[in-house]
Amino acid sequence: MAQKVVDAVKAKFGDAIVATSSQHGDEVIIVKRDKLVAVATFLKDDPAMAFDVPVFVTAIDLLTWQPIGRRGEPEPGTRPAYDPGDNNDGLRFEVCYQLRSLAHRHRIRVKVQLKETDVKVPSLAALWPAFDWQERETFDMYGIRFDGHPDLRRIYLYDEFVGYPLRKDYPKDKRQPLVRRPDLVGDH
Amino acid sequence: MLELITSKLEDAANWGRKFSLFSYPFVTACCGMEFMSVAAPKYDIARFGAEFPRFSPRQSDLLMIVGTITEKQGPALRRVYDQMAEPKWVLAFGVCASTGGFYQNYHAMPGADQVVPVDVYVPGCPPRPEQVLDALILLQDRVQRRDGHSQLRLKREKITLAAARAAEE
Repeated sequence: MAQKVVDAVKAKFGDAIVATSSQHGDEVIIVKRDKLVAVATFLKDDPAMAFDVPVFVTAIDLLTWQPIGRRGEPEPGTRPAYDPGDNNDGLRFEVCYQLRSLAHRHRIRVKVQLKETDVKVPSLAALWPAFDWQERETFDMYGIRFDGHPDLRRIYLYDEFVGYPLRKDYPKDKRQPLVRRPDLVGDH
Repeated sequence: MLELITSKLEDAANWGRKFSLFSYPFVTACCGMEFMSVAAPKYDIARFGAEFPRFSPRQSDLLMIVGTITEKQGPALRRVYDQMAEPKWVLAFGVCASTGGFYQNYHAMPGADQVVPVDVYVPGCPPRPEQVLDALILLQDRVQRRDGHSQLRLKREKITLAAARAAEE
């Protein structure tokens, strides 16, 4: 459905594209981090693209990712299905931007791959203001730093919270209480 | 003799209290729908004298915790409870407010009793209105028997105070 978008981005930013995929009408473009803003600006401003609806921002933690149906410990090198080659050592996060165009009725998902040691990505909140809070949520849950974001702080959780709960290495039942009954602690 | 009179007075006061429980609905989640159903004419919590939801903790004596309590809400819930006048009672409405329910994760509190003392727990996801009415009747019994959490605390405080006075003399 949006194959022409993928083709246009490929033609204009050939060297910025890591990989593309297309499945059941879902087109995904994985771009290099330093070209994200250029690609996003093109997608927003070009009249043939005209992506005017910012649908969501989120991240994927690939720490325990493996192909569907496989169990147990992930085998090294099997992480993303669209293995970008030699560059994926330390690759852990994917930041996804889902975009939609009301004018052309097409949509695209733009992804950026991040290493575990360097979770920074340029913010797109200046292009689509609706991404402001979405990027804050992604920061809150995954700890992705959005460079250039106007107000990057936790949006759902409290400031006292340590860690990022939707990361796969956050213990799934670990609680960080703000307040407890005084008569329950101590020699009760 | 004086003790007899005061205890009879207390009984009379508790009789009044148990049939005029003004509730503060601390509604946070889907259980709120069931709370509305309890309050609406079909199940009609007014039959038990608890029909008057006061949306100010200072005017209410029954805190109904209706729905999931998150860790972030903990301080707000504690503050609402602290603002209520004594004596006061707490009802945990639904399994999330009672034990955390199916949440076992980073954000949900494992039961509202981690923050405030709860007198009656109503299980169910959500509970049937009949269960809530049953819980209210149980609570009325406790009010009359003077063994609600805040009643017991007041009694303890009175005893400690009397002991301290006696020690001074």
